[in-house]
Amino acid sequence: MVITTTIPDSGEHLNSTFASRYVRTPVPKYKMPANPIPKEAAYQIINDELMLDGTPRLNLASFVTTWMEPECEKLMMASINKNYVDMDEYPVTTELQNRCVNMIARLFNAPVGETDTAVGVGTVGSSEAIMLAGLAFKRKWQSKRKLEGKPYDKPNIVTGANVQVCWEKFARYFEVDLKEVKLSEGYYVMDPVKAVEMVDENTICVAAILGSTLTGEFENVKLLNELLTEKNKETGWDTPIHVDAASGGFIAPFIYPNLEWDFRLPLVKSINVSGHKYGLVYPGVGWVVWRTKEDLPEDLVFHINYLGSDQPTFTLNFSKGSSQIIAQYYQFVRLGFEGYKNVMENCLESARVLKEGIEKTGLFNILSKDDGVPLVAFSLKDSSKYDVFEISGSLRRFGWIVPAYTMPPNAEHIAVLRVVIREDFSRALAERLISDIEKVMKEMETHPIRVSTKTAHVTATIDETQDGDDGGKKHIKKSARETPEEIATYWRQLVARKRTGVC
Amino acid sequence: MALSKRASDSDISMLATSASRYVRDSLPRYEMPENSIPKEAAYQIIHDELLLDFKPKLNLASFVTTLMEPECDKLIMESINKNYVDMDEYPVTTELHNRCVNMIARLFHTPLGKSEDAIGVGTVGSSEAIMLAGLAFKRKWQNKRKAEGKPFDKPNIVTGANVQVCWEKFARYFEVELKEVKVTEGYYVMDPAKAVEMVDENTICVAAILGSTYNGEFEDVKLLNDLLLEKNKQTGWDTPIHVDAASGGFIAPFIYPELEWDFRLPLVKSINVSGHKYGLVYAGIGWNIWRSKDDLPEELIFHIKYLGAEQSTFTLNFSKGSSQIIAQYYQLIRLGEEGYKNIMENCHENAMVLKEGLEKTGCFEILSKDDGVPVVAFSLKNKKGGHDEFEVSEMLRRYGWIVPAYPMPADAQHVIVLRVVIRAEFSRTLAERLVHDITAVLHELEKLPPKVNSESKEVHVNVEENGSSGVVSKRKSDLETQKEITTYWMNYVSAQKEIKRQKVMAS
Repeated sequence: MVITTTIPDSGEHLNSTFASRYVRTPVPKYKMPANPIPKEAAYQIINDELMLDGTPRLNLASFVTTWMEPECEKLMMASINKNYVDMDEYPVTTELQNRCVNMIARLFNAPVGETDTAVGVGTVGSSEAIMLAGLAFKRKWQSKRKLEGKPYDKPNIVTGANVQVCWEKFARYFEVDLKEVKLSEGYYVMDPVKAVEMVDENTICVAAILGSTLTGEFENVKLLNELLTEKNKETGWDTPIHVDAASGGFIAPFIYPNLEWDFRLPLVKSINVSGHKYGLVYPGVGWVVWRTKEDLPEDLVFHINYLGSDQPTFTLNFSKGSSQIIAQYYQFVRLGFEGYKNVMENCLESARVLKEGIEKTGLFNILSKDDGVPLVAFSLKDSSKYDVFEISGSLRRFGWIVPAYTMPPNAEHIAVLRVVIREDFSRALAERLISDIEKVMKEMETHPIRVSTKTAHVTATIDETQDGDDGGKKHIKKSARETPEEIATYWRQLVARKRTGVC
Repeated sequence: MALSKRASDSDISMLATSASRYVRDSLPRYEMPENSIPKEAAYQIIHDELLLDFKPKLNLASFVTTLMEPECDKLIMESINKNYVDMDEYPVTTELHNRCVNMIARLFHTPLGKSEDAIGVGTVGSSEAIMLAGLAFKRKWQNKRKAEGKPFDKPNIVTGANVQVCWEKFARYFEVELKEVKVTEGYYVMDPAKAVEMVDENTICVAAILGSTYNGEFEDVKLLNDLLLEKNKQTGWDTPIHVDAASGGFIAPFIYPELEWDFRLPLVKSINVSGHKYGLVYAGIGWNIWRSKDDLPEELIFHIKYLGAEQSTFTLNFSKGSSQIIAQYYQLIRLGEEGYKNIMENCHENAMVLKEGLEKTGCFEILSKDDGVPVVAFSLKNKKGGHDEFEVSEMLRRYGWIVPAYPMPADAQHVIVLRVVIRAEFSRTLAERLVHDITAVLHELEKLPPKVNSESKEVHVNVEENGSSGVVSKRKSDLETQKEITTYWMNYVSAQKEIKRQKVMAS
């Protein structure tokens, strides 16, 4: 007797994704699903959710590159499966990294001969770069103190309070004391005089920033170098300088070539720069360069052999993709000095246009300088009726992400909005942003009443208008609890009015 | 008077790259070039040079994934410009990261409620994951010692000598002493009994490896747990365990589900796994999971707000791409447990095919176990005529394969192994081809005369700082190496001539 088989689910592979059952089942969040799903469905589900992420190019909070040429993207995709650390297997990729190091070192005027190999390494970002640089300083200082027979258990580092969080991480994770030079209203970077005062025998280095995260300003490294040289002469401590040029490293050499901030200053022993900021590469690459071999203690460099042959490695990360390194080399070769200069000049021009547009509203103070990283940081002249956090929230409605935050000590009473001008922020976008800011300010000015207290979070404002007794419209901001109440009250009133009014 | 334009001045954009001057200029190596060049030229020149890299898929040295589905490639490309750290701007990407953490935590039997959020983080790789885990242990131990009023300046960590270099990096960079349990010939992983003996009051944790880099073996975490529990009872030191499951973390749950190695063992406080190994994602992603909130000291977590909203961060890296995180989530939901199981079973099967093929040649001894990471580690039974594993490795390159050869760690450094890693994309066809090519290489070696210099080429091995437990390495000078190479080729050529001559004579 023939047993008939049941008809299985009608060819699953025939269903279009949105006709299939995969878009009906809840997306797995806590536990790995037991069964596989077709790749098209997997792609679609994830792609659709990701649509709700912000648009990278409209993210004006970040310095990190959000656009590259298609040719470069092609190279990146082709190398995405190359594990960068396999130097033996991918010798050309390794060579490209070395060329980038050489080029960057010479851009920073490192004292290397024409065909000498510079000392430096590619990292995942400036965080790793800074940790490596800090480690080198710490180890050098410890070795020196051991030789002198002095205690070496309390190393410290002197920086401004405006440092990016990675310095604080370095300090906390590697057990180095962080001595911060406090800022003051009107002076938002590290004061070289105060910094040098804070230097003591336990200071492993002084870290200056070229392109402060908060206002884009360049710190006066030359003055720091001079003051520190003098102090070193008196004390004999030989305290070195590290320059955190995460943003400024790819701006200063092109726009301000006469500004002395790099290895031209004798006390500068290492410099880090983010390839993924003004190096014009997608997120995931940074560089650190040392002045000479002597500034990188050999015992920090590891030699491994189990990938096939002897490979030296001094990075925190081991396996990682090669795409960004290749992209960095592409940019160097493709743009050259001239190209980078043009891009940076365009950025500064757009920044200037934006700054003027913002000034014209008459409502803002500009905190960023004209010289420095192309960004515009501005605060409200009068924060009594509304504040920058509300402006930031309102701008989101137009699609812009403009962050608002308070300055570090001792200027915490100052809150700013900051727009970073990246390569892909054209003049057209600048003008559009200005017009949207003007719109937002007009709204704020005419509906200024504020109910809830200022919070440090950027939240979307809920616009509610109520016809008050005085005939004017009131603009009220509510907490999450009050909102449903208000809405219910509003509709009740609306319905009541409708009953009494004439149709 | 009009000056005529020379032909070579014609609009550069019209010229094909190969016709342009860009292929005549040598690529800049030391200094940034002055001028820009067209993007097509830049692409072509770099692309062409990169052809000389070896093919990722034939790289049998690496555990790291080299192939993903096109749909995933599409997702990767689309998110390549998203800076992962911008949690406020890319909330969905952040959410996907958290889902991955939750899923992996449950894979490792973390004691969690159904909708409870696990404690864990995505990293750039297991190196960063291990450093974070180690940092957490160090800080916890220091706090405990401070509270007890005892010295906390000499922390140490106990591991096997077979650890991957990132443990040694952690130790050296974060100033923790590394106490290594030496391996012995025939026993190439950490012996739990010896490890527990080495534990003292300054030990911040004992690190076990699930999937040793050298031969893929799983260490006996359960035994370690049991022995350490006993010792902790006596001493009261409460020494915890960390499991470095970089390779094994995505294998054991699917192929050996009854093997107790994870949070089912009470002393295991954190586990790291590489997403880019058997997590089946391209290079650039790892995960570290902690058992509970108590195992991650709050003071190590940073809260920043200058990207717009308050965000907590505990990673060494800050800005980085989001692509690999999204790719990991893709793999987890695309394959599900069943998919991963199928793939791991295939890998295991192909490893067996390779192993049997090698055994059949009669020339090799297999050092890897059947159970563990799908890796085949083998060494020559006898090094006839001084030919060794390094030569086999060299000769295999001519066939396109990259099979590394290296010495085992101390105290078994006289044992040299060749190691083939079976990744998901290493099919049976490739396995059979590899056996075929290895057999060919063996025949070639037999025909070669014995080597003139009996010293085999040794590769530089880690030298410990204090040198007392260090491994002495012999490094040849450049001149010696050159001499070796020329002698080798002279012998090879004359051997070939001899073979030809004999053929001619015989015909």
